[in-house]
Amino acid sequence: MSFLKKSPWILHYDGTSCNGCDIEVLACLTPMYDVERFGIVNVGNPKHADILLITGSVNEQNTPVVKNLYRQMPEPKAVVAIGICATSGGIFQDCYNVKGGIDKVIPVDVYVPGCAARPEAIIDGVVKALGILEEKAKALKEAAHRQPVEVEESSHD
Amino acid sequence: MKIFLITLAYLVLAPVLGGLLAGFDRIVTARMQSRVGPPLFQPFYDVLKLMAKENLAVNHFQNFYILCFLVFMIITGALFFAGGDLLLAIFALTLAGIFLVMGAYSANSPYSIIGAERELILMMAYEPMLLIAAIGLYMATGTFIVHDMIAIHRPLIFQLPGIFLGLVYILTIKFRKSPFDLSTSHHGHQEIVKGLTTEFSGPALAMIEVAHWYENILLLGLVYLFFAWYPPAAVAAVILTYFFEIFIDNTYARTKWHYAVKWSWAVAATLGVGNVATLYFLR
Repeated sequence: MSFLKKSPWILHYDGTSCNGCDIEVLACLTPMYDVERFGIVNVGNPKHADILLITGSVNEQNTPVVKNLYRQMPEPKAVVAIGICATSGGIFQDCYNVKGGIDKVIPVDVYVPGCAARPEAIIDGVVKALGILEEKAKALKEAAHRQPVEVEESSHD
Repeated sequence: MKIFLITLAYLVLAPVLGGLLAGFDRIVTARMQSRVGPPLFQPFYDVLKLMAKENLAVNHFQNFYILCFLVFMIITGALFFAGGDLLLAIFALTLAGIFLVMGAYSANSPYSIIGAERELILMMAYEPMLLIAAIGLYMATGTFIVHDMIAIHRPLIFQLPGIFLGLVYILTIKFRKSPFDLSTSHHGHQEIVKGLTTEFSGPALAMIEVAHWYENILLLGLVYLFFAWYPPAAVAAVILTYFFEIFIDNTYARTKWHYAVKWSWAVAATLGVGNVATLYFLR
């Protein structure tokens, strides 16, 4: 299971972000930071992803999208909320159309605050998520020994 | 007994070499983009990770098709490297490709289905040149049996320069490299997500990856055939060809399917048929 740590594939979703954090996520892929050194790939497909990066807060419009993306990711999986909007809603917290942070909709494992979050902080957040991913994989394995793994709303082959 | 040993060596060594080649590919690509790139063994880490992931399938047949894809790809390579019939190997390769398309079609997702349609178009584009290559090798050596072709000890490249160039052209499609990576876009965050492989996750995706390694080794074996009279030159030619494909991958943007079909057929009709015709008249 230790290979989870060596090849984390990432899915990036932009909630209602101003694009600031978005650009910083993409900056991680550039020659300057080059996260592919650690085997990190931006896959853009929930079914291939291990870690979901979300920037921006959630609202009524994108709640089903976020839930759907999360549901389509195969276990074990982790969620990283990037930027203060994704963490708590930030300055938009009280807006009538904003629900708040990502954890209002799906379970979040790592919070990376900042406006915008710096690439170094984002990479650090992903590295923290790797540790959590490892723990989840271990828990999943132990659960599988005790009883069949229950998977919600999808056929398990 | 010897054939059995060669086949066994192929079964074990092909995925190892294919994986290393994929790692080399990713490092060279990164260097071309002035990045450092992943470790050499990254493709193995990826596949081992995928094996440990949950296998989400939208229906019962999906993963069966992928298993068939892998099995027929291995059979194709075994036919070729055991020195069997080249024509049979090419037909088995097509059959394996069809299983991948069937798997993608069965998933019922728009991205996956567009990927499958594009894969069929690409198969239509490269298949003529692949068959002409087999015909050309037959004209030059008088046999379809790979073992006998190598035993001839003649530099086939001097008789078949056009066919070799045509083959290199369509290899870009087969390696799923950039101007022609229409069906499984190499970078997933684009218009058809991951095309063919969008709906496969975990172990099924790992199988597709391993089958692709087997396929790459088979195709490079085909390149080897043209230089087989002098093994050091052949190995150099194989490495140079692959490096050239990586170079093309990094310097060209993806084309439309019209272009892919038009130019693949144009290359097959001029370089391929021209070479075969020359051989015919000179004989």
